[in-house]
Amino acid sequence: MASPVTLTTSSSSPKKADAQDHSRLGSKQHSDGGWGLVPIQVRSARFASYDVRDFEPVSGQEAEWKHTPVARLQPLLTDPLDGDIEALTLVATGGPATIEWIDRSDARIATAGTPEERASANAWSSFESALSIRIDSETPTEITVHRSGLGDVPRAAHTVIHAAHHSVGTVVLQNSGKAMLSENVEIVLDEGAHLTVVTVQEWDDDATHLASHFATVGRDARLKHVVVSLGGSVVRVNPSVHLVSEGGDVELFGVYFADTGQHLEQQVFVDHDAPNTRSRVSYKGALQGLGAHTVWVGDVLIRPTASGTDSYEQNRNLLLTDGARADSIPNLEIETGDIAGAGHASASGRFDDEQLFYLQARGIREDEARRLVVRGFLSEIVQKIGSPELESRLQSAIEAELVGGSESTLEGQA
Amino acid sequence: MSVLTVSDLHVSVETEQGTKQILKGVDLVVKQGEIHAIMGPNGSGKSTLAYTIAGHPKYHVESGSVTLDGEDLLAMSVDARARAGLFLAMQYPVEIPGVAVTNFLRTAKTAIDGVQPSIRTWTKEVTESMKNLRMDASFKDRNVNEGFSGGEKKRHEILQLELLKPKFAILDETDSGLDVDALKIVAEGVNRAKQNTGLGLLLITHYTRILRYITPDFVHVFVDGRVAEEGGPELADRLEAEGYDRFIAPAGLPTEA
Repeated sequence: MASPVTLTTSSSSPKKADAQDHSRLGSKQHSDGGWGLVPIQVRSARFASYDVRDFEPVSGQEAEWKHTPVARLQPLLTDPLDGDIEALTLVATGGPATIEWIDRSDARIATAGTPEERASANAWSSFESALSIRIDSETPTEITVHRSGLGDVPRAAHTVIHAAHHSVGTVVLQNSGKAMLSENVEIVLDEGAHLTVVTVQEWDDDATHLASHFATVGRDARLKHVVVSLGGSVVRVNPSVHLVSEGGDVELFGVYFADTGQHLEQQVFVDHDAPNTRSRVSYKGALQGLGAHTVWVGDVLIRPTASGTDSYEQNRNLLLTDGARADSIPNLEIETGDIAGAGHASASGRFDDEQLFYLQARGIREDEARRLVVRGFLSEIVQKIGSPELESRLQSAIEAELVGGSESTLEGQA
Repeated sequence: MSVLTVSDLHVSVETEQGTKQILKGVDLVVKQGEIHAIMGPNGSGKSTLAYTIAGHPKYHVESGSVTLDGEDLLAMSVDARARAGLFLAMQYPVEIPGVAVTNFLRTAKTAIDGVQPSIRTWTKEVTESMKNLRMDASFKDRNVNEGFSGGEKKRHEILQLELLKPKFAILDETDSGLDVDALKIVAEGVNRAKQNTGLGLLLITHYTRILRYITPDFVHVFVDGRVAEEGGPELADRLEAEGYDRFIAPAGLPTEA
């Protein structure tokens, strides 16, 4: 039986969807057709609001939800969320940084983005205080935010990471244990800042986690953003990066490993909105077991303001068993002819039997040979993080996935 | 003394045109310490023999047997055959991204021996073998076969041969694509391995060139899926002078009923 492999490539035309101003505050999201308008096709024209009440109930047909098992995350879409997460969050710093909990009315909130879907808006409407991390130091500093005891209660979280001009730092969001969480993470880079943000999802098998990351990258600033999703029932992390100033640079990396029944999703959006900005997107995933499902959507928008843009995005998936499904959807909207480069690549495929033969011909047993190949495939991304301790821990975590996974493979074949 | 025995081996592959018979009854006995050269024109089934013995899933054994000291190799998985003492140096080794040579070698050595090699002696052994094969020290940090030149790939194969110490090694056109300097280095490596471990060798080649540096005890000429002629090293000299023409049926006459 062949595995279903969905591979879609589409390049949207640069025309605007319609003349309606969807970003106007106070306007409500409309159902397609209800107002006699064409459906929204382009990413730049998507509705956005901070208030959950402005969003229609989620049907699962919407562009941002159509790949997601919405039935499994109803509490995050419909109910009010518990917005007090302070006591459940542990922050460790390895250098100078200002860390404090701030009120939702604080001016530092809403500096990087606006929710574009209901779960994100629900978290925004529900959170009581936000974790603020500010990095000023020009010597590298690393901050780790641990969340491990969130339990089954539907919760909201809000985090603001601010890298001041010419600061250098790394922020790791380390997630484990149970969770039913929707959260927003705002990331602001001032001029010349170098910031790495890593979000690691090692949740329990039954956890649900929806995250929207909004980043705004200042002049000549560099953001490296890494999403590592290994554990959880439904995990969706959507990083959205606005390159608002000249010379802004973003690298978005992701690595994921989906087992039986797991849904791991990431919708990446890079908005080139200033001259000479650069973006690189590279996500790699492995899937094994019945019902393992991964989704990668990569939207890149190059606005008329973004002459000299240099952009490339790619996604690679390795399907290790039958019954797994990888959706990979790159979209490129280019609104100026004056760019340095824009490209995308996507490939999803099965295990290379020749690699297996080569390793086995050296005495290495089949299961170990598979592990070697998959580890190699995924470690290319892990090696980009730039934090040796975290890298080695994640390599071990991937290793554990592979060992655990080979058991479930056997079960699947039995 | 170990013996690798191939008896009346018939092998087919699936092609777009249907099942194709490649080996049509091959008999071969290789004893430890012997060097056998398998020569023949393209398409005669030389590589098929190599990959069938190693257990590549593409090749279907229709009948016949391959045994190592009486053990049925064909009943074993690819990795079990390697652990039983078989090694195949491949003509086109595949790239394995993200897997460093050093990690690969250690994993293979551990698999073959059943125990992890002692760190100190192993590192020394790897360093020494690499030096002998004129491989730069940085080589071990590169990913397996990734971005290797043709010569580097072949040296890497021989490095494994030296380190894994098999009872029998099949070298599938290890000489092809090598310049004369690289060929000498590779041949030295093979001779060194034989000297150190006394392994038996099955040297598959289209050309006689490598036989100037590795002297065979026996030469077998493969034509159309079987051994057409056998002899000592003098047969290689004759092939060098005459080529394969006399083994190939005149055009229009099918060689097989």
